Amino acid sequence: MSNDNKAQKYWKENLVYLGILLAVWFLVSYVFGIFLVEPLNTVKIGGAKLGFWFAQQGSIYVFVILIFVYVSLMNKLDKKYGYDN
Amino acid sequence: MSVQTWTFIIVGITFALYIGIAIWARAGSTSEFYVAGGGVPPIANGMATAADWMSAASFISMAGLISFMGYDGGVFLMGWTGGYVLLALTLAPYLRKFGKFTVPDFIGDRYYSNVARTVAVICALIVSFTYVAGQMRGVGLVFSRFLEVDINTGVYIGMAIVFFYAVLGGMKGITYTQVAQYCVLIFAFMVPAIFISMNMTGNPIPQLGFIGTMTDGSNMALLDKLDQLHRDLGFAEYTSGTKSMIDVFAITFALMVGTAGLPHVIVRFFTVPDVKGARVSAGYALVFIAILYTTAPAIAAFARTNLIETVSNQPYADMPEWFSKWEQTGLIVFDDKNNDGTIQYVADAATNELKIDRDIMVLANPEIADLPAWVIALVAAGGLAAALSTAAGLLLVISTSIARDLIKMQIRPDISEKGELLSARIGAVFAVMVAGYFGIHPPGFVAAVVALAFGLAAASFFPAIILGIFDKRMNRQGAVSGMIVGITLMLFYMIKFKFDGFGGGTPEQWWFGISPEGFGTVAMFVNFIVSFAVSRMTTPPPQDVQDIVEDIRLPSGAGEAHVH
Repeated sequence: MSNDNKAQKYWKENLVYLGILLAVWFLVSYVFGIFLVEPLNTVKIGGAKLGFWFAQQGSIYVFVILIFVYVSLMNKLDKKYGYDN
Repeated sequence: MSVQTWTFIIVGITFALYIGIAIWARAGSTSEFYVAGGGVPPIANGMATAADWMSAASFISMAGLISFMGYDGGVFLMGWTGGYVLLALTLAPYLRKFGKFTVPDFIGDRYYSNVARTVAVICALIVSFTYVAGQMRGVGLVFSRFLEVDINTGVYIGMAIVFFYAVLGGMKGITYTQVAQYCVLIFAFMVPAIFISMNMTGNPIPQLGFIGTMTDGSNMALLDKLDQLHRDLGFAEYTSGTKSMIDVFAITFALMVGTAGLPHVIVRFFTVPDVKGARVSAGYALVFIAILYTTAPAIAAFARTNLIETVSNQPYADMPEWFSKWEQTGLIVFDDKNNDGTIQYVADAATNELKIDRDIMVLANPEIADLPAWVIALVAAGGLAAALSTAAGLLLVISTSIARDLIKMQIRPDISEKGELLSARIGAVFAVMVAGYFGIHPPGFVAAVVALAFGLAAASFFPAIILGIFDKRMNRQGAVSGMIVGITLMLFYMIKFKFDGFGGGTPEQWWFGISPEGFGTVAMFVNFIVSFAVSRMTTPPPQDVQDIVEDIRLPSGAGEAHVH
């Protein structure tokens, strides 16, 4: 595999990860916390309405998880392509 | 001991600590001054980033804002944390690999243009100055209320402290001071929250108390109780909010993108050793920020419930001591319209008798909940830590912009390292003076502009940086015209609907029903479209620039941040 080719493949895989992670990012904040807040509010988590909870708590927890998932995915990807020196 | 004695002791100890650290970690080279030599461990960098990012606004004002906005307050929570995800995934690793000192550096090199660099410097200066003025005001507020000195004296004291460690220590001194400041501010934020959560819901973890049940015998969920109190007094339900969905969306998006485009946050990722470090450092930063940001809505709900139960329909004569103390500052105003001696706090403006400034909620909260004096003093120290750490970070961006982006890169490229370091320090002195001036003579629109600064960052920087990394074909013409159109459109909308220029306008005339705070989202999309269209109609960037783009996409081989 030539260097250019390898770099291109690495970049493509990187973009796929980005797409998936940003889709989750969009889902928990904009979809759950804003667009679907009314229907989700009919469900309860503890004493809070679910849509409201996502807007003020849940989305933030997911954000933290997302970054660490990204870090571990990228570390693996770096290793696979030998960019981890 | 009294609250004031405790405040002197705790604030005194923390200030001595900050200065001690600044002396221990002072900068000896430009690289140490700008990016701490690029050798800060990721976890320490995460804490410093969190302290840098969480300003007096996050610490003092945000929970208060949420407590008055209810569901709508979620725009700040999602906006200011979600921006970190964007930053960590799409900007931080690549900018670290690029390996220079500032955002204008990146823009100037990537778009092979001093015009682009200058536009970026101007945007960075506008954003940073608006921010820093707000911080100095926060310092003044805390001093005047808790140490009972004049608000201007408070600002002078704050200026002296920041001056000392920003000018002497540069980024290296600031980073390690910010680590200490993070510890102080998070401890100060959590202690009262835990106390109050325990009192009201029996659960010591505020995030769980927030969704828990009241221990007052009513057996109602805290949030249900709060909704009911709101309905009884004629307010919109706490968990529903009043803004339109499209506006909530636009504001959240503008805040997220603005966060990712803020120069003093981005520069933080130049201080870690390598690309891997930059990625994980953003993760740590968000953990440290999330601790405060998930506690804030809990504090907001606790404080709102406590406040309503303490004042609503109670005799004015029975009000506790904190009530009259805040009345003296003019931040609580009671006007007994029906002369019955009791406080009617209701939604209807004609019969409402009580006005409460939203900024006092966090500071007054421990007093409202009747917590011990040392906890109240701790909150004062926390507010100062938050304000000082952010002010210092911003001052550094300003001095770097002046010394490096203007003097070294444009006016006198042959300047020696010593001369550059000296001009960075002079730049910091100048910035402290200007910040102090705005702290003492705040323009009436500071608060409004701070919120809009995000819109400006979103409309100008963000697309240029993203496209610089992800679109190899993006060229100088595209980026510069995008930035200019984006920031002009944003300024126009802001001036028209916020400051009554260009014939003014009412909320009914907002475009697509989007408020000026959320308009950064629209301006950002316009910037993207203009950049894209113009770049495709003009020549591709030169080969060496395309090679830079190829290079920053690969993580290996990031050296120390260096001067080219």
